[in-house]
Amino acid sequence: MWRQAKWDEPLIFEYKEKGRRGMLIPREDEIRKAVSVNIPDKIRREREAELPELSELEVIRHYIRLSQMSFGVDTGMMPLGSCTMKYNPKVEELSQSLVENLHPLQDISTVQGALEMLYEMQEWIAEITGMDKCSFQVPAGSAGELAGVLMIKKYHEEKGRRRDEMLVADTAHGTNPASAAMAGFKVVYIKSNNRGLVDLDILKEVVNENVAGFMLTNPNTLGLFEEEILEISKVIHSVDGVLYYDGANLNGILGVARPGDMGFDVVHVNLHKTFAVPHGGGGPGAGAICAKGEMAEYLPYPIVEKSSKGYSLYYPKESIGKISTFFGNVGNVARAYTYILGLGPQGVSAVGKMSTVATNYLISKLRGIRGLELPFPGKYRKHEVVFSAKPLMNDTGVTAFDVAKALLDRGFYAPTIYFPPIVDEALMIEPTETETRETLDKFANALKEILAEAYSDPKKISSTPLNTSVGRLDQVTANHPTTVTPTYLVKKLREENKIGALR
Amino acid sequence: MEMHPWLPNLGDLREMLKEIGVKDVEELFSDIPKEIVLKRELNVGYGRPLSEYEIARRLEELSEMNAKLLYPPFLGGGVCPHYVPYAVKMIISRSEFYTAYTPYQPEANQGLLQALFEYQSYMAELLQMEVVNSSLYDWGGALAEAILMVNRINGKKKVIVPTNANPNHLKVAETWVKGKGIELVKVKYNEEGKIDVEDLEKKLTDDIGAVYLQTPNFFGVFETEVEGVVELARKKGALTIMGVNPLALALIKPPGEYNVDIAIGDAQELGIPLSMGGPSLGVFATRWDAKLVRQMPGRIVGLTKDSFGKEGFTLILQTREQFARREKATSNITTNEALMAIAVAVYLSLLGRNGLKELAEEVYLRSHYATKLVESRGIGKRKFLGDFFEEVTLTFPVEYQRIHEKLLKAGLHGGLGIDDYSAVFCFTEVHPKKAIDLLVEKVEEVVKNVEAS
Repeated sequence: MWRQAKWDEPLIFEYKEKGRRGMLIPREDEIRKAVSVNIPDKIRREREAELPELSELEVIRHYIRLSQMSFGVDTGMMPLGSCTMKYNPKVEELSQSLVENLHPLQDISTVQGALEMLYEMQEWIAEITGMDKCSFQVPAGSAGELAGVLMIKKYHEEKGRRRDEMLVADTAHGTNPASAAMAGFKVVYIKSNNRGLVDLDILKEVVNENVAGFMLTNPNTLGLFEEEILEISKVIHSVDGVLYYDGANLNGILGVARPGDMGFDVVHVNLHKTFAVPHGGGGPGAGAICAKGEMAEYLPYPIVEKSSKGYSLYYPKESIGKISTFFGNVGNVARAYTYILGLGPQGVSAVGKMSTVATNYLISKLRGIRGLELPFPGKYRKHEVVFSAKPLMNDTGVTAFDVAKALLDRGFYAPTIYFPPIVDEALMIEPTETETRETLDKFANALKEILAEAYSDPKKISSTPLNTSVGRLDQVTANHPTTVTPTYLVKKLREENKIGALR
Repeated sequence: MEMHPWLPNLGDLREMLKEIGVKDVEELFSDIPKEIVLKRELNVGYGRPLSEYEIARRLEELSEMNAKLLYPPFLGGGVCPHYVPYAVKMIISRSEFYTAYTPYQPEANQGLLQALFEYQSYMAELLQMEVVNSSLYDWGGALAEAILMVNRINGKKKVIVPTNANPNHLKVAETWVKGKGIELVKVKYNEEGKIDVEDLEKKLTDDIGAVYLQTPNFFGVFETEVEGVVELARKKGALTIMGVNPLALALIKPPGEYNVDIAIGDAQELGIPLSMGGPSLGVFATRWDAKLVRQMPGRIVGLTKDSFGKEGFTLILQTREQFARREKATSNITTNEALMAIAVAVYLSLLGRNGLKELAEEVYLRSHYATKLVESRGIGKRKFLGDFFEEVTLTFPVEYQRIHEKLLKAGLHGGLGIDDYSAVFCFTEVHPKKAIDLLVEKVEEVVKNVEAS
């Protein structure tokens, strides 16, 4: 049975010993003799920051213990829907030697190797998405969306028209409407039809000269392919709107179909999902923002260009500007580069197929389990599937939340839950192509056991997890104005009665 | 393809298809219109899957194309070269950290959450700001988010930014806030390289939402009138945003002591490699004021208790976030720079109280030593006379481009040229005295040569 470490590891600030240190700093005594520190009084720090004083081993042991109370893809299957938690090949770490010591403002003549890598990646991601040009300015998916909607905004402005509305599917990732709003658009939701797809009739009704574009994920967050995509594209383009592809779900069709061929004009790709860059406990990721035709001239700068003299930087004519301070998350673009090298054209082309096979295999194992319901049945899913635990909740009171916690106790990470919002008690499962068939079997069995137990002994499920480092966390204490504690400083100040409630 | 280490089910395909109940893979894609189904392999990579050995060779080949420098570049401008200890690299290579994702299931990710809480707490202590989020992308992005936050709070559409702030940060902010129609009002700097308070006063009208200032600024110079600027802004009903290099905070007064509303910066200098500028780590903090905290972007980890009364951690104040609030969210950010935040926590733990101050002093001293050397040899002088940290703007009697080229030939990468005769140089603990002496010697050669001809 799976058990997670339960260290009673204090906060690092609670190690109160003095007079130790964890690293030495190179010191130039001759320089110290030649000049001295002379900060103007007015701005000098009076009270030193209270940092702990620890030996190297103490620091290492502290963080190793913390790592043992965490869970990654290398620990066990992470079926988080829409997050594409695939295996991160270890060779990726080798790629850091190419870029880690390069400064972003170096003379471009000194970084030609890194630029060649970026250039090849631009070409490959353009080929994969069916776009003309790509920029790696965007450090993650939502930054890609922001870049995309800003491009759409500028495109219409250059044509001398004001368009205020951005269409978003009701199954869209929450980032879509958030990004559109950040760019100043009014968000208009397009309802799904009874097949879980964009309702074309509604779309036709809504589309008019005030619509700037449509942000769409395909396959959508239900794992369903928008089969009327060519018609959708026609409708949007009939008013010169821009069709935007949210690349979060690209893994389900990688090598099978390309957004560019479907009629999309602008695409973002999450290199940390589809191209196996490790998720880092929440980040850093890396992204690409790509476009075709006229839209390519609006991409954020710089883009790497190749000529007989080598690699240089290109500034698209109508560029929206910069999204990152420098070149985006180059370190992670390099990781994705090694992933593509390792898979080769055959491997990359097989990803969509194998991830789709994994999803549908899992569905066949889970179909008909008492308590689970597959909304919008009858269609094959692509990279992910959304089940509803609504029957279970109605029958037993056990929720999707409880099922998630019970999975933790069995050594699996939980699926994404309560998303998309159009499915009640949603369990959004994305197995990816890197989990073996046996692991998929084990996951399906664990879920079956949990559901069976929920019917026989619901209390047992709703008191999980027990095998993790801690039990369920008190969200009220965590968020209440009188107890909310975002930093150790707040904890100290509260203990000293120096701050009040966060109101 | 029959087998591949990252595609384990190729050999089980037939049985899996049978279990699904389809005759071939294509059937699973029968809902995709035929005319858009790709009928060829993607043209990516090098013709076939490469082995790890071959990938390593290709990376070496590319590395060979990068210039070999004798020492790390003398470049700053937002990120600076530093040494990252192996202990930091080892910890962030722990699989449980680096292959995890956002801790949506806090019970299984306590260690990750605690490490992020410790990062937030380290920053809070350095900044003396009570609330810190668990990371944004980089400094430019943090500035953009700060400006958008100000707009949500007071609805104003103008923000003052000084022209001595990092121009790349301003470019990023400009791009991000354009959609909301927010305008950046530029304020001049004076002959000391500091924000021109008179010009600021003139431009600080009632419709200004916030005043931004950066210290040490783009020229490396400390701003000395922060107190006055904050007071002016407050009188006019504008919020204040202060950009800081967290390393400098070992020596200078933290933003919290000026009572600024929002503090931002980049923590790259505390344990993150250059990587051509990314991944980096955007720092974002606010004062203890619900009006500010409720509008903050990004994830925040907080302390709580579990069902057994044991201390624990979880993501807090999530009603601000995109998955809960969609178009009403405070930001679209999801994936952030969490692993870099852990690197910073480990680095600061290793440095500790004494190490941090020593490092900041070392960096300060080296930049002053280099400047003294240049000035005493009569081959250049400071463009601005204000005290500086780590970076310094030097003006030479010959065109900087000539110096730059000569340095490159000698295997050194000089500073960032900002006009025909001046450049911003950065000096840190990875530039030993020997390197600085060599740099000055090479500069001297160019200057003397030009003067002789």
